[in-house]
Amino acid sequence: MWKTILRRFLIMIPEVIILSILVFLLAKAMPGDPFTGSINPKADPQQIHHLMKINGLYDPWYQQYWQWVVHLFHGNLGNSYQYQEPVTRLIAGRAGNTLWLALFTMILTYAFALPMGVFAGRHEGKLPDTIIRVYTYVTYCIPFFVILVIGIWIFGYVFGWFPTTGSISAEASGSGWLQTIGSRFYHILLPGILGALFGTVNIVQYLRSEVIDAKGSDYVRTARSKGVPSKDIYRHHIFRNSLLPIAAFAGYSITGLLNGSIFTETVFSYPGMGLLFVNSISYRDYTVITALVLIYGILNLIGTLLSDIILSIVDPRIRIE
Amino acid sequence: MAENFEQHSDVSAADLARLTQEAQAEATPSTAKIIWSEFKADKPAMAALFIIVGFILFVMIGALFINTPKMMETNIMGYFNQPFTPEYWLGADSGGRSVAKQLIVGSRNSIGIAIGLTVISSTFGICWGLISGYFNGYIDWGMQRVYDFMMMLPMTMMIIVLVTIIPHYNSVTLTLIFSIFYWEGTSRLIRSRTLAESEKDYVSASRTSGTNHWKIIFREIMPNISSLIIVDCTLSFAENIGVETGLSYLGFGLPSQTPSLGTMIANANDPNNITQYWWTWLPAALEIIILCLSISYVGQVLRRAADASQRQGAAD
Repeated sequence: MWKTILRRFLIMIPEVIILSILVFLLAKAMPGDPFTGSINPKADPQQIHHLMKINGLYDPWYQQYWQWVVHLFHGNLGNSYQYQEPVTRLIAGRAGNTLWLALFTMILTYAFALPMGVFAGRHEGKLPDTIIRVYTYVTYCIPFFVILVIGIWIFGYVFGWFPTTGSISAEASGSGWLQTIGSRFYHILLPGILGALFGTVNIVQYLRSEVIDAKGSDYVRTARSKGVPSKDIYRHHIFRNSLLPIAAFAGYSITGLLNGSIFTETVFSYPGMGLLFVNSISYRDYTVITALVLIYGILNLIGTLLSDIILSIVDPRIRIE
Repeated sequence: MAENFEQHSDVSAADLARLTQEAQAEATPSTAKIIWSEFKADKPAMAALFIIVGFILFVMIGALFINTPKMMETNIMGYFNQPFTPEYWLGADSGGRSVAKQLIVGSRNSIGIAIGLTVISSTFGICWGLISGYFNGYIDWGMQRVYDFMMMLPMTMMIIVLVTIIPHYNSVTLTLIFSIFYWEGTSRLIRSRTLAESEKDYVSASRTSGTNHWKIIFREIMPNISSLIIVDCTLSFAENIGVETGLSYLGFGLPSQTPSLGTMIANANDPNNITQYWWTWLPAALEIIILCLSISYVGQVLRRAADASQRQGAAD
C-alpha cells in the first residue's frame, strides 16, 4: 500500500522537473523580453543591453533555468509587466475565485450525478434509464463553451436572472461581509450550475454500471433475503460500496475543471486564473503565463495522484504491478 | 468427402459454390453490411447520417463559389443588416459581412481542421496504443510515462502558448499543434484493447511461428480491433469540432480574417451583439450543436454495430 503511494510520488518528481524545463523554454521562445514594459520608449538600446546583461539574460539557458528555479523556491516568480506587481501577489488574488468556482461546480456535479446514477442503475433498461442516458449523451456531446454562451444569453441577458460579468457587484464590495459573500455566490451560481449540469456523464455512467453489477451480487441477495427494504438496499448497501471510487473521480475532474475555467471565466468575464491567462497572453506577459501553466500542471498532477491513491486503496488489483 | 458428396447429390458444382458462398456470407457478414443494416434499423441514425454527409458536401462545394477575401471586406451599407432579407439570408455582422456566407466558409474551415486533426491524432494514437499494448515490459512502461506526462499538461494553455510562439501560423500548423495534444484518449483505448488482444491464442500462435512483430501488430491485431477504431474516430471527430471552435472562440485558433464557427460565436462576447444582433452568432452555435450531436449519434450506432450483443439491425 505505502509502497504504491511512494512509487507514485517518485514518478511525480521527474514529471514536475520536465514540466518546469518545458515551461521555461516555452517562455524563452515567446516574443519580447522582460524589460519591454518597464522602460520608456526613449531608453537607450545600450542601457537595455546592460540591463539584460546584469540580469543574466545572455547566459546559457541551463544557467538561467537554474536561476529561475532558485527564485521559484524563494517564492519569487518575477514581476508582471502588464500590472507592474509581483506575479505571486497577482495570482494569489485570482486563485481564490477560480478555486471557489471549481469547488462549487464539483459539489453541484456530485449533487446532480449521484441520484441520477443510482436511479438509472436501479431502473436499468426502463424509461428513467433511457431518459438519463439520452441526457448524459446530449450533455457530453455539445462543446462546453457553446453551452456557456447560450446559457449566459438566455439566463443572463434575456431573462436577466444572473449577473453576466465579474465576481462581485460594485455595491456589495463596499458593504458588510454578508452582502459580499452573497454577491460572490450569486456570481458563481450560473457558471456553476451550467458546469455541473453538463459535467455529469462520467460519474453517472460509472455509478450506473456499479449499481447494475452490485444488483446481482451475493451481499445484495443476502440483504434481500433478510428482508431489507429495497430503498435501504440501494441507499445503504450498494451506494455506500461505490462511494469511494466515485470520490476518486474528484481528483480526475480537477483537470477538466481547470481546462474549463479558461472558457468559463472568459465567457462570464470572471476574474480568475483562466481569464488572467487569456489576458496575459494578449499582452505577452510571460512571467504570468509561465507561472500559471506551472500551477495548472501541478494541480493536474496532484488531482491525478489523489485519485490514483484512493483507487489503489479501494481496488487492490491496481497495487500489484 | 467432397467427391462422395458430388456422387450422391443432384446439386451442380456451380450451385454448390454459390450456396457455400451465401452460407459463408450469412455466417460472417462483412463489417460494411452489419453497419448498413444497423442504420436501416435505426431511422434517426439514418437521418443523422444524411444530415452530416449532405451538410459537409454542401459547405465543401458551396465554399468553392465564395470569394473569401471579398466576403470579408467591410461593407458599411450592410451594417447589422436584419436577417431573412433577399440580400442577406441570415443578416450581416458589424462589418456588413454576410453571416450566411461566413457560415458556409467557416463550417468548411472548422470541419476541414476537425477532419485533419482526427486523421493525424487518431493515426498517431492508434500506432502508440498498438505498440505500447503489444510490447509489454520496458517499452510499455516508458510509453506509459510519456502518456502520463502528456495527461498532466494543461492542454488548452499549452496550445495557446504554442500558437503565440509560432509567428505565421495557418490551418495546417494549427492542426499539427492540436494533434500534439489530442492523441491520448485514442491511445489509451487502443492500448487496453491491444493488451487483451495480445493474450489471445492467435497472437501467441503467430509469435511462435516466428512472424515479424510489426506484421502481427498491423496485419493481425489491428484488423481485429478495426471496429473499435472506426467508432473511436467518429467520436473524436465530433469532439475535435469542439476543440477547434473553442480555441477560435477564445481568439487563438484561426486568424480573425479566416472565418471559423468559433470566431463567429466570438461575436457574442459583445453585450450588444449577444442580445440585439443574435443572428451574428446564434446560427453558428446551433450548427455546432446539431453537428456534434449527429456525429456522435452516428458514432453510437457504429458502436452498437461493433458489439454483436447490442445490435438492433436484423443481421440474421
